[in-house]
Amino acid sequence: MTDRRTFLASAASSLAALSVPNTARAADSTVTLPFENGRRPVVAYPQKRPMIVLTPRPVQLETPFSVFDKSVFTPNDEFFVRWHLSGVPTSVDGDAHRIFVMGTVGRRLTLSVDDLRHTFEPVEIAAVNQCSGNSRGFFDPRVAGGQWTNGAMGNARWKGVRLRDILDRAGLSAGTKQIRFAGLDTAPFKETPLFVKALDVDIARGDDVIVAYEMNGRPLPLLNGFPARLIVPGWYSTYWMKMLSRIEAIDHVEDNFWMKTAYRIPDTPNNSVAPTDKGYATIPINRMRVRSFVTNIADGAHLVAGPQLVRGIAFDGGSGIAKVDYSLDGGTTWLPTTLGPDYGKYSFRQWSGPFRPRTGIPYKIACRATAVDGATQTSTPTWMPAGYQRNIIETYAVTAG
Amino acid sequence: MKRLALVVSLALVATAAVSAFAAPPKKAPAVSKVSITLPGDLDFTFKNAPGVDVVQANCLACHSSAYVSTQPILTQAQWTAEVTKMKVAYGAPIADIDAPKIVEYLTTNYGKL
Repeated sequence: MTDRRTFLASAASSLAALSVPNTARAADSTVTLPFENGRRPVVAYPQKRPMIVLTPRPVQLETPFSVFDKSVFTPNDEFFVRWHLSGVPTSVDGDAHRIFVMGTVGRRLTLSVDDLRHTFEPVEIAAVNQCSGNSRGFFDPRVAGGQWTNGAMGNARWKGVRLRDILDRAGLSAGTKQIRFAGLDTAPFKETPLFVKALDVDIARGDDVIVAYEMNGRPLPLLNGFPARLIVPGWYSTYWMKMLSRIEAIDHVEDNFWMKTAYRIPDTPNNSVAPTDKGYATIPINRMRVRSFVTNIADGAHLVAGPQLVRGIAFDGGSGIAKVDYSLDGGTTWLPTTLGPDYGKYSFRQWSGPFRPRTGIPYKIACRATAVDGATQTSTPTWMPAGYQRNIIETYAVTAG
Repeated sequence: MKRLALVVSLALVATAAVSAFAAPPKKAPAVSKVSITLPGDLDFTFKNAPGVDVVQANCLACHSSAYVSTQPILTQAQWTAEVTKMKVAYGAPIADIDAPKIVEYLTTNYGKL
């Protein structure tokens, strides 16, 4: 069996267009996630290693959590996948692809990926891409929607060009309020709202918002948005338009279904409401909340007694991670951790702390990140009917012997 | 064992000869065209029970049955809200006569009263 690395190397050696069947195959396995109706197949999709299939059509794939312990950057072939509409293009020509820049601009642009690579300043940024509904399956009471555990997130080095540079070349007209984005995916019915998202112009012109054509030094997998996607560091991934094909400046606030109805959070303290609450105002979801996880020890694990490390990851909505504390007694007492290398304020930040479990003692490991902006995590979950923004302090019950 | 096909046409920017099985080139190759084959709905199907015909006819146009079977056990009111959302928000052409049949099937097979 040819593995992917060998496949890429041998394909690269031929210096010619060629067609090679991928030998990736589905694992004949399932996983049962820790909530009702949690049984999922584990399947290797094209350009992907075996991943947890939330839904096959439109395709949604969750990253097995053990992947986050292997590297601070999530491999492209294990990066989560989430599409909204059934019309996911399965064949995309990266040379023929064009991004149309239009709307309230001085001049329209039609850009190829080659134009992006060669006529703009390249930038590369490490950033976490996390689904708004990551961890939705853990909401209590449960809510309808994609029932993810914690694997609808990933961290990658995204290379591309600043959206601001593109907008400046087009020349935004005075009075431009938002920039809206569309990709190549299509809706099954003409009445189905196309997946279009919008950012206020000051956010869109931010230093770190880019149109990326590389992910961890490689072209993006098709299911992650080949040949180019929008990167909005610090913001939930609903704005990170895949297969980006249209950038449109508008003089009003976008009011389609995906902005006006979907992906909204309560405009309440902590964006939290009670299940019985009605009639509160909502706002579009935006920056990510601070989170942290243990990556090397799973909840319920039985460890070998003796000295070892607890390690994990933390991230927030773009202020950066100031510190991560951990607890071995469920949050009664906290200890400082050692932070790993700093890949920038939008990246996963690894952390670790010593742990010397003894036989027969139950431990409850917990981790709590504090962001540079002062935000931290609590043990009280927030709740909203859409199941977004979970960031509770995670706990892991373990024993040793 | 399922096999999922992938065909990638590679046009290389890098021209340096790379021997087979060598380490990947340092410069990322520009992949000009990517074509994949998605595996459809895998083994997901709606439970075979009264009303399944109308559910298959109305729901499978846009999504696999996994969008239903992976949900928590929803109440009749919640399933009603979901069916209404499919029709009103997503534009699914569900006939007025079919909507209550779909809700009844979902409540009976994937929900609770």
